[in-house]
Amino acid sequence: MTLLSAHGKVSPSIFLMNNFLRKQNFWFVFTPYFWLVLFFFIPLALIFKISISVSEWGMPPYRDLLDFSDGNIKINSTLSNYAFIFSDPFYLRSYLNSLSLAFTSTLICLLIGYPIAFYVAKSKESTRNLLLILLIIPFWTSFLLRVYAWKVILQGSGIINAILMKFGIISEPLSMLYNHYTVVLGVVYTYLPFMILPLYGYLVKFDLNLIDASNDLGARPLRTFIRVILPLSLPGIIAGSMLVFIPVVGEFVIPELLGGSDKLYFGKIIWQEFFVNRDWPIASALAMSGIIILVLPIIVFQLMFAKYNFKNE
Amino acid sequence: MNRYLLKVVSLVIGFAFLYFPILTLIAYSFNDNKRVMVWKGFSFRWYGKLFQNEQIIEAFVISIKIASLSATFATILGVMIGYSLTRISKIPARPFFIFLSSSPLVMPEIILGLSLLLFFISSNHLIGFPSSKGQLTVLISHITFSVAFVAVIIQSRLSSYDKNIEEAAQDLGTIPNKIFWKITAPVILPSIISGWLLAFTLSLDDLVVASFTTGPGANTLPIVVFSKVRLGLSPEVNALSAIIMLFVIMAAIAYYFVNRSNIQK
Repeated sequence: MTLLSAHGKVSPSIFLMNNFLRKQNFWFVFTPYFWLVLFFFIPLALIFKISISVSEWGMPPYRDLLDFSDGNIKINSTLSNYAFIFSDPFYLRSYLNSLSLAFTSTLICLLIGYPIAFYVAKSKESTRNLLLILLIIPFWTSFLLRVYAWKVILQGSGIINAILMKFGIISEPLSMLYNHYTVVLGVVYTYLPFMILPLYGYLVKFDLNLIDASNDLGARPLRTFIRVILPLSLPGIIAGSMLVFIPVVGEFVIPELLGGSDKLYFGKIIWQEFFVNRDWPIASALAMSGIIILVLPIIVFQLMFAKYNFKNE
Repeated sequence: MNRYLLKVVSLVIGFAFLYFPILTLIAYSFNDNKRVMVWKGFSFRWYGKLFQNEQIIEAFVISIKIASLSATFATILGVMIGYSLTRISKIPARPFFIFLSSSPLVMPEIILGLSLLLFFISSNHLIGFPSSKGQLTVLISHITFSVAFVAVIIQSRLSSYDKNIEEAAQDLGTIPNKIFWKITAPVILPSIISGWLLAFTLSLDDLVVASFTTGPGANTLPIVVFSKVRLGLSPEVNALSAIIMLFVIMAAIAYYFVNRSNIQK
């Protein structure tokens, strides 16, 4: 037992202090640990358990994994739920639709968002703060209402149709709602701030002298952009793309409000299997394979990227 | 000159795209017509209707209640996580702890909602808790997905500031508890506030997780709004959007001026 502190000085209260520190630290670790295991990890484990259970009529609508009824243990486990969703092109297509929706809209958000973030970051400080506030306002406004706004605008009798008809471009209202283009539009619109804000965060720290230096050395603007600006804003691009891509993969609300029946998405299928068909094992198997196919690659990528960043620092 | 034009054009188009839908919605909230898109005249009719709509008012009160409770608990847990990950070296199964505290960030809402609902049903079967789905289950779910966001904010603040200050205080014989409250807490206070606000907005905005975990008497505002606009348009929701926008803009202006006076100091 030592009463010496790390710096070699004897402190009479050190033992008491360490004891106290240990107690405080224990609660600081234990409380969130306990909460997350109970309400995050166990529910996920439960999804896994139900996904390998046999479905049956009743409440809950699946058979218990372990059956003790005959005096010996019988395991009612099956992979048939997974086999079913992977054999039916309907489910596979919905995964692909969600992935392509997430990919397309992330790309469009990046293309629209990058110039905005770049020019806001490059403005004078007084204008910059004002523009930043203007960027944050839509971010704070309810997500649901921003999606709903497009439903209002794109109606047959909506403002876009009215303008087009007034100028004689079309003679009768176009039906612009309820297809997968509207879904992309809605997604790009609602997720654009998630792309712009992290990009802005990296671009604003960016030293403008580097651009001048590159110009002085004879690089043309495009080359300066590709060789200097783009690599330095890469962390922002990746952060913004993650913030858009990940939630869009599971998006349910936008396809439900703006989408039609031409394309089905992953989020909506889970919703339907659970609430409409009441098939818990299938819904769980869908969620589980969603985690494995869509979420795990992202976690692995993030860990790799964190390492890469760490090495570069 | 050419470059300046490019800048102005991209900013104008960008901001027009961001604001056009919101402003259209606000304009139509003053339309005195039951058919949302056919303009009849200016009126406050739908604002009157909105304030008489008990379903919306009740949902609003429930949402505010759940959001403020959830933000408070999520902030406490988030500060604990941020502090643990940056200040405590001995955490049992540390990688697992990191996994738990960061993966809710990348988990699609629909999977979180489904897993929590199945969990509540099973735990009700096993131990009778929670006795029914309602405000409590929505609150627990909201705390669970907000914690990770608060933790990230706190963690980045704690890892970027000088640890030596805390060590100096310790060498001078300050009690750890006092170090936390007198040094660490004030330093991370701005992050605590922004974490709380983020958790509050996340809860107020959530539709998917709440739809899964809600029960009788716990319809939050997004659930009610969604049920109203799912199949058509609602003039009352237009009025509601305008009011929400007004609050957000006022908050933003207040933030702008507070921030500006801070910088000037």
